[in-house]
Amino acid sequence: MASQAHALPTHLKAEADKDRFHMTEEHHPENGTLLGFWIYLMSDCLIFAVLFACYAVLGRSYAAGPSGADLFDLPLVAVNTGLLLFSSITYGFAMLSAQAGRKQPTLIWLAITGLFGAGFLSLELYEFAHLIHEGAGPQRSAFLSSFFVLVGTHGLHVTFGILWLITLMVQVGQRGLDAPMLRRLMCLSMFWHFLDVVWIGVFSFVYLLGAL
Amino acid sequence: MAAHDTDHAPGAHEGHGHDAGRGSLKDYVIGFVLAVILTAIPFWLVMGHVLPTPQMTAVAVMGLAVIQVIVHMIYFLHMNSRSEGGWTLLALMFTLILVVITLSGSLWVMHNLNTHMMPLDAHDMKQMP
Repeated sequence: MASQAHALPTHLKAEADKDRFHMTEEHHPENGTLLGFWIYLMSDCLIFAVLFACYAVLGRSYAAGPSGADLFDLPLVAVNTGLLLFSSITYGFAMLSAQAGRKQPTLIWLAITGLFGAGFLSLELYEFAHLIHEGAGPQRSAFLSSFFVLVGTHGLHVTFGILWLITLMVQVGQRGLDAPMLRRLMCLSMFWHFLDVVWIGVFSFVYLLGAL
Repeated sequence: MAAHDTDHAPGAHEGHGHDAGRGSLKDYVIGFVLAVILTAIPFWLVMGHVLPTPQMTAVAVMGLAVIQVIVHMIYFLHMNSRSEGGWTLLALMFTLILVVITLSGSLWVMHNLNTHMMPLDAHDMKQMP
């Protein structure tokens, strides 16, 4: 619509503008993919908000079972948080290398990011296995059900993030750092940093407050 | 590790005209240092039992979490009011409104229901299916 307005002669355009309520200057986003991906992340944010709300409601319903203070191993959570934080900055370094057009450093930083992500995931799976082994599985109480769903959904996101990362590493290896590759790397960058943002909520709200 | 990035990072902006969604090495390092500090403090508060009451610790932990989320948004996700012509910020604000409604609404309604429930002790709980 903006382009139609531009096509009109100036006096006609001024005439037309009187009855228009939308912007006549170009308000087109410069990169539709990134904006679209951002909107996907916002909808993902709503999924996590619902799961957080669920945990907020059910998080103290122990059904005479173990509480967060009994179960949570804070040093393990601290290590996990550190791994995810390091993976965020190494992904940042991968983006900087990619934008500078340096393929080899990009691949190395992506690999390091993937390893940090895999480390995070294996610690989380170890924690889950340990809890289930202790009889504190998701079926034990409403608290544990909502805990496993919230933390598990985040873990699932990290899993798919790692699969995506591997795919992009293969593609960077094959095609080099052309414009579509940079766009894809940028999308994964947003996804990866977004998961770190969600994890801030998880470690603060679930683990730290639960262990109080 | 950072040495070979430093000489290239400032040049990464050139030739693109618009730098929305692109960070510099400085941004990432500042964000990382702030994030480490803002992560270490809440863990220290909880594990070291620094503050006198759990309520104060809870408020401090959640406050620091909010600050850290903002730090991540600015330094890692490169949010600002200009990226994509302001549409990302608009989407974010809309989402935050929905998140606040969802969270506060759920807590309010469920708390209200809980306070109207008959009290149930641990023994009764065990008899439940």
